[in-house]
Formats: sequence, structure tokens, C-alpha cells
Amino acid sequence: MKLKLKLPNPGLDERIPSHAELEKLELEEAGERPQWDNKAQYMLTCVGFCVGLGNVWRFPYLCQSHGGGAFMIPFLILLVLEGIPLLHLEFAIGQRLRKGSIGVWRSINPYLVGVGIASMLVSFLVGMYYNTIIAWVMWYFFNSFQDPLPWSQCPINENRTGFVSECERSSPVDYFWYRKTLNTTPVIEDSGGLQWWIVLCLFCAWTLLWVCCLRGIETTGKAVYVTSTLPYLVLTIFLIRGLTLKGSVSGIKFLFTPDLDELLNPTTWLDAGAQVFYSFSLAFGGLISFSSYNSVHNNCEQDAVIISVINGLTSIYAAIVIYSIIGFRATERFDDCLSGNILTLLNTFDLPEGNITESNYEGFLQHLNSTAPQTLQELQLKTCDMQTFLSQGVEGTGLAFIVFTEAITKMPFSPLWSVLFFIMLFCLGLSTMFGSVEGVVVPLQDLNILPKHWPKEAYTGLVCFVSFGLAIIFAQGSGEYWLALFDGFAGSIPLLIIAFCEMMAVSYIYGIDRFNDDIKFMIGHKPNFFWQATWRLVSPLIVLLIFLFYFITTISKELTYIAWDPQSNFPALETKSYPDWIYAIIFILSGVPALVIPAVALFRLIRKSCSAREEKHTGAEFICTFLLS
Amino acid sequence: MLAGVLLLIFLPPLVAKDLCKDSQDGFKVRLSIKTALGDDAYEWNESEMFLFRSTLAYAMRKQTKQDTYNITNILVCNDTQRVSFVFVVTSPDDPDQLIPKEQIEQAVRQNKHRINNAFLLSDMTLEFVGIPPTLAAPIIYDTEPWLIVFGVVIGAVAVGIVALLMSTVSKKRRAKEKAAGLSEEDEGIVKENGTALSGLGGKEGVYNQTFSNDNRFTEL
Repeated sequence: MKLKLKLPNPGLDERIPSHAELEKLELEEAGERPQWDNKAQYMLTCVGFCVGLGNVWRFPYLCQSHGGGAFMIPFLILLVLEGIPLLHLEFAIGQRLRKGSIGVWRSINPYLVGVGIASMLVSFLVGMYYNTIIAWVMWYFFNSFQDPLPWSQCPINENRTGFVSECERSSPVDYFWYRKTLNTTPVIEDSGGLQWWIVLCLFCAWTLLWVCCLRGIETTGKAVYVTSTLPYLVLTIFLIRGLTLKGSVSGIKFLFTPDLDELLNPTTWLDAGAQVFYSFSLAFGGLISFSSYNSVHNNCEQDAVIISVINGLTSIYAAIVIYSIIGFRATERFDDCLSGNILTLLNTFDLPEGNITESNYEGFLQHLNSTAPQTLQELQLKTCDMQTFLSQGVEGTGLAFIVFTEAITKMPFSPLWSVLFFIMLFCLGLSTMFGSVEGVVVPLQDLNILPKHWPKEAYTGLVCFVSFGLAIIFAQGSGEYWLALFDGFAGSIPLLIIAFCEMMAVSYIYGIDRFNDDIKFMIGHKPNFFWQATWRLVSPLIVLLIFLFYFITTISKELTYIAWDPQSNFPALETKSYPDWIYAIIFILSGVPALVIPAVALFRLIRKSCSAREEKHTGAEFICTFLLS
Repeated sequence: MLAGVLLLIFLPPLVAKDLCKDSQDGFKVRLSIKTALGDDAYEWNESEMFLFRSTLAYAMRKQTKQDTYNITNILVCNDTQRVSFVFVVTSPDDPDQLIPKEQIEQAVRQNKHRINNAFLLSDMTLEFVGIPPTLAAPIIYDTEPWLIVFGVVIGAVAVGIVALLMSTVSKKRRAKEKAAGLSEEDEGIVKENGTALSGLGGKEGVYNQTFSNDNRFTEL
């Protein structure tokens, strides 16, 4: 008795090319579908798509905050149970059905087109805000060609009596990021107008992306030789530089100090799962598209394992580099803090220099505390705590544009390091954008809503142009808050739903037996028990758990954002709650891609029953005429 | 008489000390030689103090444009191990009269870099308490450097776009010409004879053996 669940799926054989047809396609190299020039291009493109900014600025933070070295355990376990199976599934289905995301799901079952459309929408929304981050990176890159770097010192105010007050109260790097780059408004409702320099950088970012994606993989295939390999080179350079700086080892120790108690905390496992999921750029549709250009007998199983391993190792490597530099910065800050305190003490008590050093500082303080506690209080010495400095602002844009830029100003030859760092971030982001654009352009072509004779250049140009136009909202004064909103809601929940639907569709609607046969036809052997178990049970379960966790935490708590408000409680960032109308936007960002899946299925169902009814001339015709018109 | 003479000898230093200690027109100075020079630090002694007093006299001379200021006009007191002390400036015309604070401040500000250099120190390590260091003028660029780099990148991108689009257009044109070349031959034949001779390969048509002369090839 067959225990495998399979939902009825009539007409599947007519929609998909058979094995014989695939062989013929392979031999004749017929068909208009573009192809990779060589395997290296394909691997570099996929590695570039997966390895992105998240590997550099999200993983190190998660690693350090969830028990350091101990975080490797949930990360690696979930990499194997969740990342690799999903990756293999997307590669295999793309290679077998030889279409982009909409084409693939339409082939499996026309009711599933919604999954493809959802992928396309998510790719579009994520691409929109992701390229804005690249625009910011480019702004910093443009500003790196001067010595001293503009964020190394505060600008002088109009009277030439002192520094600008906002800068003095916070720090030069904060000021340059929040005022000179973003020109942030205190609240999200306050638009602040368009910042022309950001618009220029956005324009530059989108045109550069268009030049690389102009002819689809024909051009991106060449670009990835640079964009996928340069980050590794720069990371190595930074590693060597970082390890020669004072205090770098303390940073690495801080990163990897294991705290096994964290493994008992469910948040650790959920964060690890989410990081693996988002890091692999799954459910965007780009990976399915890329693997559809492969030859039919390409070993997708091997590719999936190799790319997963590369992605995991890159995360760990980047974490080491980042934390060596953070350790250096924290040590510098600590030394400055201590020297400042020592100077204050020397000045107050008119002691000769060298009397108080870092070694006898504590002893001296204690002596002072016992003899003259009043004086000590009046001095208001700053607390110098290494741990605080190590754990400051170390994820997201804060890491790249505030912490790291400050560390760079303390290195000799700062402009060089700044240029290298921002080129690396640029390449990391751009190679991810290639996949994003692929995930929008190919479904758009499959949907047949635009004229078919339009060349690929027009499609990519249109996508880039529309995205640029809509991304102007991120060039406002409140742009950063909007970006954080998009980052939090456009990419998180819909992707989990899409991934879950993908696995269900392949395992139970396409049929796991048929899928196994396909893989046997493509790579020569049937996928073993590990793949069967993960595709059908383990991975969907993990994705479902992560989704439920995110959904419940989002619904239950009040949604807030972090604002830069010079008026209040400066220089700490303020947590403010969103106005009511933002909730509508959040619903559109998260809800629309997710609801498209059932909506399209329902639409098709009604249309089908309408066309059936038309033949029978029964009632409820007004719905049908409405839908069919 | 002897008492009077003794009083006269010892009075000026005592009075000088009073002038220095109690005055409102004095400035506290702090030197951090070890911080600035590390191992090359020199020891602070009477000679260094002599140098300090002479540089200050020089600063007063420059500011007031009077060559009458001398080292005796600079009085120092409250010497500490920190290497900090207080100084006042007396007027060259009247040893009991002190130069007001504002004037001394101006003199110091104008000549700070000369005073710093005399001691191999900087604004941070040679502090005049109450006189903030003058901030360096901000660098004003004719064109912001970032615009220059932006221009270069945009130029390169524009060149790339134009080159790629031109290559697509020329590729398409070549493909069209090839296809047009073949179809033109077909069309010509059709026009002349009114029949669809596109099945026949080539311009010359097909050699129809029925009407041929068998002796075409054998000419004997």
C-alpha cells in the first residue's frame, strides 16, 4: 500500500517536457533559452546571490549575541536540515522544468501560479530597498577619496568657535551618517523632502545594475567574475590588516566565547533558522531561474551542497574579520576613555605624568574613594567598560556605516581601507541584486502581459526604471525608517510562506515519486533517505515553526522603530511607535504577496467554473461576465 | 637704613609673588611633555621655564608691537610636579601694574603655534586653561571630491550601456540582413514568374533534365 500522499494533478504530463524531450533539447541545443558559458559562471552567480550583506552584518551579530561559538551548533544543524534541502529542491525543479518561477509553478499546476507571482512581488520589493542600501554604500565610496575622511572629525560651526552641536553631542561618524548622508527627520511621518545626493546615488546604483543585467545572464555571467570574487579578496586583506592591529584578538575571543546555556533558549534556534533561510535567498525565484539555464544532466545535488558549504563558511569567515576590527575599535575606545580619565585625575591633583598608568588606575581609584569620595564624585569620570564597547551597534547599517567607519578612521591610510571596504559591500550587494532582478524579469516575461517582441534589454530597463522611481521614497529625510519597515516586513513573512508552499507543491502536488525519478534521470541516482525525509517532513516543519514564531511575535507586540531625534535623550537612539496608517502599509507589504497565492488559485477556480457554466447557461452569470471581461 | 635696604631688596620678589598668586589676570598653564614626546621627553627645569617666559615675552612684544617687554615682565608661581603653573604679565612701564587678561589671551592665541613649536608640543599638550585652541579652517573644495568620483562612475556606466546597446542593435541588423538576403532572392523569382519558386534553391533554378541536351557534357 502506498503511504505517500499525493494530491490529484491531472494533465501534468502535457504541461512539462518529458525526459525524452529533454534529452533531445540537450543534444540539439535548440530552444531560445539562454545558457551559461561555463559551470564557473553558474556557481559564481549562485554564490554571489546567496552571499550578501547579511553574511557580513547579520550573522556576526547573531553569533556573538547567542552564545558565540555555541551558536555554530544550531546554525550548522539547521544549515543541513533546512538550507541544503531547500536549495537542492529549487535547483532540481528549475533544471527539470526549465522555466522561471512562474513557469515552473504553472507547469506543476496552473492553480499554483500565485506562488510564482508572490515570488516576483517579493523579489521586486526586496530589490527596491536592497539597492537603496547599495546607493548608500556608493555614497560612502564616493566620499572615501579624500584625506582626512569626512566622518573623522566634526565640522566647525558658523561662528568658528566650536564644532556643530549635534556632532559634538554624538560623534563624527554618527553625525555623518544621520545628518550628512540621510538627513533624517525625527519621526517617520515627517518626510523631510528629497535629499538630492541620495537621489543621484540611487540613479547611479540602478543604472549600474541595469548595465550588468542588460541582457540577462549574458551580461551578469561576465560581471560575477568580479562581483563574486572581490569580496573574498577584500575580506582576506582586512583579516591580515585586522590581525596586526592591537585588540583584534579580544574581538575574536568575544565573538567565539561559547555560552552553552544559550542553546536552551528557543530564540537562538529560531534566529539560526531564520538566518539560514534568508541567507540562502530562497523563495525569491532567482535560484530556480538560474538553474533552468543549466544542462539537463548537471549535478544539482553536488551544487547545492557546495554552495551551502561556501555560504556557511563565508559567514564564519566574515564574522572573524568583522570582529577583529570591532575588537580593535573597542580597544581604541577603551584606551581613549582610560587616558581621558587619567588626565582628569592628573590635572585635578597636579600629579606628575606617568604617576597613574593603566595598571595602577584601579588601585588609585580605590585609594581615592576611601580618602576623598566627594572629589571623586565631582570629577564625573567616565565608566570605561570593554564589554560595552564590544557590544555597541554591531549589526545592520549601524555596523557598516558607524562602527566600521569609525574603526577605519583610526587605521593608518584610512582612505584606502575605506575604499576597499565599500567596494566589498558594493560587490556583495550587487551580486545579490542580480538574482533579485532575475526573479522579477523572468516571471514578467512568463506572465505575457507585456509585448513578446520586446527585447530583454527593454524588460530589464523597465524593471530598473520602475524600481528606481518607487525607491525615491527611500531618498526622503525619513527614508531610513521606510527602509527598516520594508526590511522587517516585505522580506520576512511572505518568503516563509512561499518556501512552505514550494515544498508542499513539489512533494505532494508534483509528487515525490516523480521528482525522485526526475532527479535519477538528471544526475544518475535516486536521492537518498536524507533528502526524502527533509523535503517531505523536516524542512517544511522547520519553516512552519519559524513562520508561526515570527507571525505571533509580530502580531502580539506593538510595532516600534528606532529614530534619531536630536531633541530628545540624545545621543541614544529613541524607540518610537508607528502611527496607525503604517499598519496598512505593513499589511500591504506582508499580506499582499502572501494572499496572492490563494487569491490567484481562487480566481482561476472561479474562471474555470464560469467557462464551464457558460456552456450550461446556469445562473450567477454576472460574476462570470465580470471575471471573463 | 640696613633694614630699609633689605626691605627694598626682598620686596620686589614678595610683591611679585603676591601679584602672581592673588591676581585675576593670570592664566594657568599645563604641559603634558611625556604624553607628547614619550621617550624623547625632556625634563622640565629652570632653563625650560626661562624659555617659556621668554616666548611669552616674545608673544607680548609681537602683539603690542612694543619692544619693551622683557623676561622680567613674566611672573610665574604655583609650580607643580604636574608641570603646571600660573603666570601673569606685568607692564614694562610699571612693574606693579598687570596686563589685563584679554590682551594676554589675544597675544597667546595669535602666537600659539610658535609657542607650541618652541616646546615641541601641540594644542592638546600645552594647555592654557581658559584659552580654547583656535580650530583649523575647514577645507573648502572647489568641487566636492565625491562629485568627481560620481561623475567618473556615471560616465563609465553610460559608456557601457551605449556600447552594449549598439552591439545588440548591430547584431540584430546583421541577422536581419542575412534573413533579408535570402528572402530577397525568393521574392525576385516570385515576381518574375508569378509562381512560388521559393522551393527551388538558388537563382538559377533547377536543372530540368527533360529539356536538356544530352550532349551537354560529351562533346565529341
